[in-house]
Amino acid sequence: MLSSLRTMWHIFKHLFQKAETVQYPEQMPYLAPRYRGRIVLTRDPDGEERCVACNLCAAACPVDCIALQKDTRDDGTWYPEFFRINFSRCIMCGMCEEACPTYAIQLTPDFEMCEYDRQNMVYEKEHLLIDGVGKYPDYNFYRVSGLQTATKDKGEAINEELPIDTKSLMP
Amino acid sequence: MPTIIVDGKSYEVGSGKNLLEACLDAGLDLPYFCWHPSMGSIGSCRQCALVQYRDNDDQHGRIIMGCMTPATDGARVSLKVEKAKEFREAVVESLMLNHPHDCPVCSEGGECHLQDMTVMVGHRDRRYKGKKNTHRNQYLGPLINHEMNRCITCYRCERFYRDYAGGKDLSAQASRDRIYFGRHQDGILESEFSGNLVEVCPTGVFTDKPFLADYSRKWDLQSSPSICSGCGVGCNISPGERYGRLKRIHNRYNHEINGYFICDRGRFGAGYVNGDKRTNYVGIKEPNGAFKAIKKNEISRHIIQWLGNGNIVGIGSPRASVESNYLLQKLVGPSKFSLGVSQTEHNILKRQVSILQTTRASNPSVREIEMADAILVLGEDLTNTAARIALAIRQATKNKAIAMATKMGIEEWHDSAVRNLAQKELSPLFITTTAATKLDDVAMKTITLSPDEIANFGLELARQLADGNSQDPQIIEIATYLTTAERPLIVSGPSLLNANIVESAAAVADALAMSNQNTQLSFTFPESNSTGSILLGEPQNLMLSDIIENIDEIDVLVVLENDLSRRLSAFEMTQLNASQTKIISIDVLENKTLEISDMVLPAASFAETQGTLVNNEGRAQRFYSVFSPLHDRLPSWQWVIDIAAVIENEELSAIASFDEVIDLCAQNNNFQALSSVAPDKNFRDHGLKIPRQTHRNSGRTAITANTSVHEPQQSPDEETPLTYSMEGLNRDQPSALTPFVWSPGWNSNQSLQKFQAETDGPLKGGPSGIKLIKSSGCGVSLDYDRTPSVSLKNNYWRLVPIYSLHGSEELSLHTKEISELAGLPFIMLSGRDADNMKVSDGDGVIVSGDDLRISISVRVSARMAKGCAGYSAGYNEIGHLTADTYVQINRDDEWQPLKPVVIATDRIASFKSEDNQYV
Repeated sequence: MLSSLRTMWHIFKHLFQKAETVQYPEQMPYLAPRYRGRIVLTRDPDGEERCVACNLCAAACPVDCIALQKDTRDDGTWYPEFFRINFSRCIMCGMCEEACPTYAIQLTPDFEMCEYDRQNMVYEKEHLLIDGVGKYPDYNFYRVSGLQTATKDKGEAINEELPIDTKSLMP
Repeated sequence: MPTIIVDGKSYEVGSGKNLLEACLDAGLDLPYFCWHPSMGSIGSCRQCALVQYRDNDDQHGRIIMGCMTPATDGARVSLKVEKAKEFREAVVESLMLNHPHDCPVCSEGGECHLQDMTVMVGHRDRRYKGKKNTHRNQYLGPLINHEMNRCITCYRCERFYRDYAGGKDLSAQASRDRIYFGRHQDGILESEFSGNLVEVCPTGVFTDKPFLADYSRKWDLQSSPSICSGCGVGCNISPGERYGRLKRIHNRYNHEINGYFICDRGRFGAGYVNGDKRTNYVGIKEPNGAFKAIKKNEISRHIIQWLGNGNIVGIGSPRASVESNYLLQKLVGPSKFSLGVSQTEHNILKRQVSILQTTRASNPSVREIEMADAILVLGEDLTNTAARIALAIRQATKNKAIAMATKMGIEEWHDSAVRNLAQKELSPLFITTTAATKLDDVAMKTITLSPDEIANFGLELARQLADGNSQDPQIIEIATYLTTAERPLIVSGPSLLNANIVESAAAVADALAMSNQNTQLSFTFPESNSTGSILLGEPQNLMLSDIIENIDEIDVLVVLENDLSRRLSAFEMTQLNASQTKIISIDVLENKTLEISDMVLPAASFAETQGTLVNNEGRAQRFYSVFSPLHDRLPSWQWVIDIAAVIENEELSAIASFDEVIDLCAQNNNFQALSSVAPDKNFRDHGLKIPRQTHRNSGRTAITANTSVHEPQQSPDEETPLTYSMEGLNRDQPSALTPFVWSPGWNSNQSLQKFQAETDGPLKGGPSGIKLIKSSGCGVSLDYDRTPSVSLKNNYWRLVPIYSLHGSEELSLHTKEISELAGLPFIMLSGRDADNMKVSDGDGVIVSGDDLRISISVRVSARMAKGCAGYSAGYNEIGHLTADTYVQINRDDEWQPLKPVVIATDRIASFKSEDNQYV
């Protein structure tokens, strides 16, 4: 009896409190930069695609909604020939972003992706690729990697010695 | 059996093992790099460190290398003690000092032994602040990619390439931290086994270049247990598929056959499966000669029209499975069926099988070949006709070294000690061929003879072994070596198309076997199912020439996976084309027979269907589809059943599953054991099917989302115990059903040891394959037809076939990398003949004979029988040259040396072409 009355009193009190309902979409919520929403593929500071098609995001994805195929550019760098995310399956867990060794794949504070047709939730590379660096302005994987490219010879990466002369007789 | 104590727990281990092997056998995870189960230990990487204790009271112990310490009875060691763990972590940390930040763009990533070991020892953070060493890469040809920065100097590549496979052009160079593994300059790797570097290298220095061009991670590959269709040896392979494309082929361990290694034809020769020469849809020839694609169900309408008197003749194929051949023979009847090989080849192969069924000698597996201690090769260039056997023979020549070491009390795995002791001592190997072979460097004696002379030589040797009255010192010497050996081995085969050679090999083996039970006799067979097709042949079978002679009486000719232009003369092909007979071709690739066919049925390749192949030893092995056939392709046995339905053959058209096909084949006496070659479709492993995909196969809900967001069901596999999905168990099943190897913590192919009963031993799932040929042991009755040796004519050369690993096999030649390596068709001359004609490698000659005049390039052989000239057998443009014909050869003064098309240069190399020097 007493408990019931107490409960009624608590509910009654709520009549005089400010409503929590947010008038979305007229009223937009604040989403932190690290919010996990729509996935994008970013570019490095030089404007090249960051993704090297290493497949780690696809392997990390718990719902298997990422598929891609590696190809090689004429300059020797790897890139995804196609890169597809099925957002109708994506659970925005961010594991792909954590797995990405090149900061290419990033989650953004945008969740407004509703579609009437599920097929429109399938994003290809052209839909995913943005023209910016996202959250990591400076990183360029190929400046660190030992892989030789057309613009970076062996020994020109960060923290690398010049290539060894195997024919040297110096001690 | 010694017992060792590891961290206080006792384990019984095999005798003659080292501590590393003993720990791995006990199921313990001890990291290693340089040790390889079939190459032994050299102790160069220092990774397998353990602490060994003197006795129970010793609390301190000392650090030892597991791979260099014998597992003696009562040995006390610890893996877990902090001192050992710290040591192992420090080793990986130092290896990582110069290891580049490459994993995301390295094709070893995900199946990298270095990654596995780094995780296993727990190394994570880089403490060293200095710079990383870098190296220039080399162009090593179209098959192998080189990325020297990633090297951890374990020496496995050099030890495999030089010590194991006998290559000369890859070695360790320079000293200390400048050490480099490569060639003396950029160039194509010469060894026929170079592809094994991909699997031997524990990291990404040597990687599979064709795979790199269309790359997928190991965890994304859908694999299946398969059998190589490159030659008659029947190596086990594990092909991987993704997105409907065959991506790569890895070795699949079979203790009796290929062990850890396969040849480059097997590894790289299946690119044709994705090629644009594949047949995709049923084609019907229009009156204008072009093919029109029709639907599968429309074939009956056409075939019924063609039936006429109902005289259907079938031509089988030595590269089609037992089941397909058997069904076709059943459909048309044995008296209207041809095995689809030339009469000469048929007679020799049939004789080889009958010899194997009666010989007193045993018929060895590749593993048993490796144990031989005196070997005679009669007329075979094994490296090019049965490469894996050549590699085994190279190992067999080291048996003397092992015998010497055993006498000195040195364990077999103590590789550098064994080599050091033996120096250049090798077990005797005698090679009798018409031209130089790649095994010449380990041969005690090479004898260069024409095909007839080889046969006579063998026969005389057999006589010497039987009654010992030869005068020839060479024959006496070889006979002495063979009789004093414990396990002598005779190897021969059909490649010179001379039946007498095979006869003489049998005579030698039988003569030896009279006094030595351990005598072995091995024959090579040219194609993946040559043995199987001979076994299912019936005496009433037609020869190809019979079919051509009576072609006008035939209404419909069904050709099963056979390019007849490789077996018939140009004239016979014209006859076939001109006849009114309707030709139905079932094949995988476009070829000249398809061009003259009236209907083309697209066949599934080895990667898209299952079947049984019988190897040179008579071992029947099942291969399974890696992915379901694309487009309108069907397995060729299914096409035969469809044709049976059209012509209302009730027995065959009632067949509903592959297992029923097998049951039908098992009615044949030779194939009674066929159904026990591998489990039937109802087999379940712990109640589950066996997955073709790894448990981490990615992208399931996105791969086909571009066409429809609604994911299709995984394609069902009703025919086999395997499934096209990741569900199920890949452990504890029979070995014939192991699609790939993986074990927790062991992502690389080194996880194989978790599937083996012991390191370098048989698999836990038991042996796979069943031997269909058993010898009665009553001895071979010789059928030697001594042909009078034809007197040599001046300025005439007798043509003998010369085989190339890359180029002589029909299907692999349609792989672009293989066709680049095959190069142009050639005539092979002895050095003296070439000098007389003033030609050298790459020059041109005009070959002329009856109705024949072609211009062709020259290769010079280190040795060549007098009066003989070789021609590149099996090459596409060489159809007019036939064995045992006499031709004139003259220098072609107008020869324009053609440059073979190079299809796979290193992309970077083009940017650096002028700067090929080391800085």
